[in-house]
Parts: sequence; structure tokens; C-alpha cells
Amino acid sequence: MEKTGLNKVDLIFEEIDPKEVLIKASKMTSDEIIQNMLDSGLKGRGGAGFPTGLKWKYTAAEKEPEKYIVCNADEGEPGTFKDREILDRVAYKVYGGMAIAGKAIGAKNGIVYLRGEYRFLLPKLMTELESFHKMISEIGFDFKIRYCLGSGAYICGEESALFESVEGFRGEPRNKPPYPTTSGVYNKPTSINNVETLVTATMIIKHGPASYSQLGTKDSRGSKVFSISGDTPTPGIFELELGMSVQEFVNEFGDGDTKAVQVGGASGFCVPRKKFQDTIIGFEGVPTGGSMKLFNSSRSMYNVLHNYLDFFAEESCGQCTPCRVGCQQLLKGVEKVKKGEAKSIYLNELVKLADTMKIASKCGLGQSVGNAFKTIVENFREEIIY
Amino acid sequence: MVNLKINDQNVSVPKGTTVLEAAKKMNINIPTLCNHDDLCVAGNCRVCVVEQTGARTLIAACAMPVSEGMDIHTNTLKVRNARKHIVELLLSEHRSDCTKCYKNQKCELQALANEFAFGDTIFLDLVEDHHYTIDRSSPSFIKDDSKCIRCQRCVRTCSELQYISAISVSNKGAHQKISSFSNKPMSHVVCTNCGQCVNRCPTGALVEKTYIDQVWDAIYDPDKHVVVQTAPAVRVALGEDLGYDPGERVTGKMVNALRQLGFNSVLDTDFTADLTIMEEGTELLVRLKKALVDGDKNVSLPMFTSCSPGWIKFIEHKYPEFLPNLSTCKSPQQMFGALAKTFYAKRRNIDPSKIVSVSVMPCTAKKFEADRPEMRSSGFKDVDFVLTTRELAIMIKQAGIDFRNIEVAKYDSVMGDSTGAAVIFGATGGVMEAALRTAYEIVTGHEVPFGNLNITPVRGMDGVKEATIKIAGCVDDWKFLEGAELKVAIAHGLVNANKIMKLVKAGKAPYHFVEVMACPGGCIGGGGQPIPTNMQIRKNRMAAIYSEDEHMVLRKSHENPDVIAIYKEFLENPNSHKSHELLHTHYVERENY
Repeated sequence: MEKTGLNKVDLIFEEIDPKEVLIKASKMTSDEIIQNMLDSGLKGRGGAGFPTGLKWKYTAAEKEPEKYIVCNADEGEPGTFKDREILDRVAYKVYGGMAIAGKAIGAKNGIVYLRGEYRFLLPKLMTELESFHKMISEIGFDFKIRYCLGSGAYICGEESALFESVEGFRGEPRNKPPYPTTSGVYNKPTSINNVETLVTATMIIKHGPASYSQLGTKDSRGSKVFSISGDTPTPGIFELELGMSVQEFVNEFGDGDTKAVQVGGASGFCVPRKKFQDTIIGFEGVPTGGSMKLFNSSRSMYNVLHNYLDFFAEESCGQCTPCRVGCQQLLKGVEKVKKGEAKSIYLNELVKLADTMKIASKCGLGQSVGNAFKTIVENFREEIIY
Repeated sequence: MVNLKINDQNVSVPKGTTVLEAAKKMNINIPTLCNHDDLCVAGNCRVCVVEQTGARTLIAACAMPVSEGMDIHTNTLKVRNARKHIVELLLSEHRSDCTKCYKNQKCELQALANEFAFGDTIFLDLVEDHHYTIDRSSPSFIKDDSKCIRCQRCVRTCSELQYISAISVSNKGAHQKISSFSNKPMSHVVCTNCGQCVNRCPTGALVEKTYIDQVWDAIYDPDKHVVVQTAPAVRVALGEDLGYDPGERVTGKMVNALRQLGFNSVLDTDFTADLTIMEEGTELLVRLKKALVDGDKNVSLPMFTSCSPGWIKFIEHKYPEFLPNLSTCKSPQQMFGALAKTFYAKRRNIDPSKIVSVSVMPCTAKKFEADRPEMRSSGFKDVDFVLTTRELAIMIKQAGIDFRNIEVAKYDSVMGDSTGAAVIFGATGGVMEAALRTAYEIVTGHEVPFGNLNITPVRGMDGVKEATIKIAGCVDDWKFLEGAELKVAIAHGLVNANKIMKLVKAGKAPYHFVEVMACPGGCIGGGGQPIPTNMQIRKNRMAAIYSEDEHMVLRKSHENPDVIAIYKEFLENPNSHKSHELLHTHYVERENY
């Protein structure tokens, strides 16, 4: 397929008959479902990009009779709002994906961990869940879903912190291993998947893996829902085929004066104009959970960075040293440099610190703080100093 | 077995071993901070990061189980740089007034700084940005948040070992702190003052509240007569702070050192431990008689021991409905204090208002106990100042005493005599064993049916121990107990006490008598004992306690000549009116938060 410009896709929000898909899934074996996912090349849509088929395969292989499917709907990455839209419009496809995953791994229980700020969606979601339960019991699925609400902590989007929160404890990441596939929520084998991943799984069963893997590139199969915000004439939710360059993206969504795009939210990477052409949005370039923020030349990248660091200093769970103290040091450090109270060369020490945080922090939060920090400081050093 | 390589050397270890444990086995030192032998793995501080070939990030050695073919390097440049950063980060949040700090030279962060972070400071000082508070509300310890490095050893101690969770983590990110319920002062929450957190805090964030200066003032005051008592567990641990290995008995040297410090009279808590056995043993027998002979339904059984003030506060907070089950006996410390200002004052012809009563305890909760309003039945405060084992070691150093080379000495007379039964109060099961040695003999007229008086089923480190003693050959007064089986249980560490309390609450506890000590191992593992602590150290101290017992001529409380004398001259008989006035107490219900 020749790729020119952006290929807008309508897969996630496509209205379907869920019953038909679930009947199809009910006739497949666990291995067949997992093979479908492996063949599709689907990688997790939350941002980390772990192959969904593998995750299900590992969880399915566990001997423990009690297993869980957890839907991570704690959409907290600054600049993402796609899961809200998905749940609002096609929650039945999320539930469908959970039931299919349940069948694949041998789980009878599903938990949707919903971001506390999305509580307003709950009444509608519960009504839809009721009819969903009715429908699957008619088909013969033995699967129940329940909701669990977050309370506003960003860290609870990290899978093991999310489990702690579900269990009623303080939301702090666990040591890994063990990984969730062997010991997740309630210390039982768990497959935890993003909202969009589960919808995509439903659609892969519907259309078949071969047709799905036509979309995208070798490393980034399929399409993805993007949350587009910032200096753009057309903010909002767009589903796009993967494999485009940042330049192609900016051509479509920029305001003509885009100087940088923050791909993947506060924990993602800042791509400056000079790298638009050579940077692919996807696992071969800059991966993203869907947040795309455009900045034009009126924006101070110092303010952007300061905002992110302020966010992390607040949202780190605080348990491990590199992340808790590192975030505070990065924040205070750039403030001092900006005010001229520290020499500009101090930024080099902070970059080294960001490297330490990347390799020594306990979880993905601390490990990814350096992404935005380093890409902004390296590409917009003068804006940080002056 | 799992095969792996650490620093290019092959090693084979059982599955489930951590990288840290495997390295330790090979004598490869990996620095740690949040890790503690007694506690679950946290993996918080990240000081123990090492490099695993092929891994995306460094790994925390304490939290990573070994896997086949692993290739670990513990001392690469990447590792050293990361550790240096981590220690520097911790220091940037930590108020480093090291030379003035109570933990100077004993601080684990300081030791790491010495290794990884000497020279110029890399990072900015964050101490000024935090609004740290210092909580001095507890009479037992000080909680200084400005020294806290958030390793959560204290939090894990309080929940895992003590089942209290008086302290836990609150807030997140830069504002994360170790806090009490609703940030209330420590004196107003469920804290039992056991000091186990103090024993495990790597820095000066949790330290005992020291009364060293007040004791020196009293010693140097010519108007005061200062008596000091030493608890059984102190003599088997004090040496650790003065250059001896764990488990060394230093009783005689300690007595001499105390005399050299200037105390007017050096006496032994063991004396009142023996007295406790007389009072508590009698109380138990009276309760049993009421229940078994008189059919009194209001008798509270099982009876619980009351020597451990951490345990007392635990039950006051958590199970107040069982306060009547507690023995009404004051602890040996408080009995001693009450008698020092009555019996002792009279015998020595000293105005009790001029007596300052000091105790040296393995315990921080004793500081709280001494301050309880119930503890002044003589008209004076029973015990004026409580020092921990650690504080005594500091005083000995302050006085320039060459501890290793001083002569051994004996306790002074009048409340200085004791028996082996009193010494073993220091180890879990000891009170039970001492009580059985005496009670059995009172009831039957002959010794407990255990070889050399060693009642081994109640000894050892099992969290909950149970024993049944069949009573045979009763003397006339106690015929009603003939053939009865006395069921006893022993718990140490409040998490184990809670197990027994759950049984009691459910009505499923078959026991007549239960001994509880708040601290792991009993008083030998007390919150006032030398730091560090771990199972091996506690076992060594315990062995020393039983060896001290074996070396005593008298090993049964009722044979203590001072005890016999005090009943003759002063108290009349156990549970007499006078005993009740001076040696018994009551308890209060407290909130459970």
C-alpha cells in the first residue's frame, strides 16, 4: 500500500454488532485467539508497547485457576483524552475485548480501573455493562466485569501501582519480577491492557489479523487513536494509521508555525522542527500512548519543561530515591539556571541525573521523566538558560 | 539450584535467592539502606543497584531474584555513578547536622556518604524547601522528619513486626512523608512506644528521647541520693555498644561502671522480677481458685502478663475489652521504683523526696511507662528517669571508663539480690518459665518436672509457643488443682500477640496464662538495645540470658532472700493490702488510631 500523507482510519469507533464478534470468539480456542493477536502485531496502546499476544500467552500459560483481566482506564498522561472518548462512545467494545481476553487466558473476572475524574461517565457505563453481561451470558461466556475507581494519582496508571490501589492499598509500584502475568492483582496472574488495546482486540477478531496487519509498518502495526492538542486549528481525537513522520503529522495538524511536537505526553519525547522529517511516530521512532501536543513559536519551552517537571515532582509516588528526589532536583535546577542562580553548565549535571533516573528508578514513571527533560534541554537549551 | 555469575565468578544458589543474598554468600559487598534482615523487601532506596548484562536498566539487588545464566556486575562505572547520584540525592533532602546528631558515627547514610559522596556536593539543597517537623510529643522517642530518607523501614517494622501501623506513608512525590494518622502527634496515636522503629531507622530520624543530662544533673546534685536499677536484658547487650560481640555477658563490669559513674546505689531490677513472680503467680492461683472452686463466672481468664509496657499499650488501644485479663501487677521496673521510695528509703533512712530513681532498660516504652500517672502510688514518681542500654553505653564513654579493663563488681544489698528466674525475664518465655518454677512448687511442694529446671517448651524464637503442664501431687491448700492441666501460651512481637488476641476474642483460646512481650525475642530484642539488631544477634543475647541463669546459685524466685525478707519486714505477703497499694496498678482504654 502506497503511503502518502495521513491515512485516517475508522476502526476504533466503528459501530459493530458486538454479539456477532463474541459469538465468533466463543467458537475459537484460547490458542486461536492468542495466535490472532500475535499475527496482528498489536502492541499495547497505553504507551509501553508490549505485544498484546505475548502478554495473553504468558498469562494463559499460568496454572493458577484464578486469573484476572484488568482494563487500565486510568488515563492520566497529560495530553491524552482518547480513552474517555472510547469509553463514552464504544464501551461495549472495551467489554468485548475483556471477555475475549478472558477467554484467551482463562479468566472469569475483569476489572475496569477508571480514572477518578471520569466518574461522571460511570452511570452510563454501568447501564451498558448490565446489557453486556446479559448478552454474553446468552452466548455462554462465563465472565463478569466490575469497576474500580481511582482517586486522581497519576502513578496508579502504572500497572502494579494500579493493582495495589484496586486492593485498597497505597498506590505504589511493586518490585518486578514477578510480572503481572504471573502475579498481578490479588497476586493472581493478570493481563492488564489499555482501553484502546482491548477495543483493537475486538476489531482484530472481527476483521481478522491479516486485514489488521495490512495497516501500519513492520514495527508498528495497525492504527492508533491520537489525542491532539496545543497550537493546532483542529484539536481533538483522530484515528490514524501508524508509520507517519512527525512532518506529515504537522502538515496536517500544525498551524504553520509549529516549532516542536511533544509526542507521548509529559513522559514522552519532544521533537523539534529540525527533526520532524526524520522522526517516525511509532515504535521505530517515538512511541506514544496517543498524546500529541503541538507548540508554535509563541511558546517558551522553558515553561513547557517547567510544567512537566512540576507535574512529576507532584505525581511521583515518592517511594524510590531517584524519582522522588530526582524530580525535585530537575525542577529546582532549571529554575536556578533560568534565574541565573546556577551556571548554565549545571544543566549538564542535570542531564546526567536524568540518565541515572532512567536506569535506577523503580518504575516507568521515574524511568521516563528524563525523556522530556533531555529532549527539551538538548534541543532548546538557549530557551532554558535565557 | 540456579547458576549465575557475579563479577565473573560462578555461583550456584537455591531458587528464590536474591542477587543481594547470592553476592553476600560470595563475600561481595553490595551497599544497602532500605533493606533490613527482619523486614520484607522494599527496593525503595535503590542504593543496591547493580548491572545485569542485557537488562535495559540497572536492577535492585535486594529485590531481584536470581535467574539461570544471569550475569551481574556490582562495581561498574555505571553502577558507581548511579549510587553516587542516589546517595547525593538522599543527602540533598536530609538535614546533615552530622556532628551534632545523636546518630553521628552510627548513621548508615553517613557511612554511605563517606564511601560515595565525599567532596563537593553535586545537587541543590532541598531541606529549606521542605517544611519538616520534629515531633517530640512522645516521652520515648523523637521523630525528626528532616533526617528521614523515606526508606520505610519504620513503616514496615510497625506493620509487619508489631501489627500497629502507627506510622505509615502519606502524601506523594516531593511531599511524601512518614506520618501518623491524620498527622497527629505520636503521643496521641496508637503508637506503643516499643521503639522497634528506632532500632531499625538507619539515620537520626527516629531516636530515643534521651535523659542522660538529667541523670548527670541528679548524680552531681549533693542533695540527691541516686539509685539505679538494671533490667535483665541490659547485661547481655550493653557490651555490643562497648566493643564486645553480641551475646557477651558484662554484668559485673556494668555494675562497676555504674558505681564509677557516681550512682549512690547500684541495684537490680531482677529483685523486683522475682517479686513480680510472687505477686503475679499468686494472682494467677487466686484467679484459678475463684474460677475452678468458687465457680465465679466473672474471673477473667486467661490472665496476661503485664511486664511489657509496649504490650500494655497495645491492648489498651486494640483490645480494651480484655483489660481485666491483664495481671494488675506493675512491671518490675515500676515495682522497683515504688519500693525504692518506700522500703529502701526506710531501710537506708533517707528522705524519699531526695531519692532519684533511675532505671536502665532495654526498652523505650519504659520511658512512657514511668510517666504514666498511675505510677506514683508512693506519693512520688516511682521511676524518675529511664535510660536505654544505648544511653548507658554513651554515659560510660562520656565518663572515660575503660570498660574492657575494669574489674567486675557485685550489686549493692537491699534490693540487689536476685535469682536465675529473674534473669530470664529478659527473653521471651522467661516470665512464664519463672512463674511456673515458683507456682508449681507452691502448689505441689516439689520442683517443676523438667531437667535442671529448664522448661524448654517455653523457650526459643517461635512467634507463638504453647505448653501444657500437668499438675500432680498437690499440697492440701491446692488440692483442687490436682490432675489439672495448666495451659499456657507465649507470644513475642505484637504481630504474634495479635494472633493470640484474635483467638481469645473468638473464644477459641484454651489458655490459663499468657505471656506477651512486645518486642521480637522479648526484652533482649527491645527498642532500647544496641543497634543493629537481627535474628542472629537476638539469638546470641538469648543464649547469654540462659547461660546467666545457669550460673546462678538460686534459680527460683521464691528462694530469693531479699524477697523473703521484704515480705517479712514490709509487704507481709503476696497480694497483701500494701502490695496492692504499691505494686499493683490499673489500665485505661485508649483510641484505636
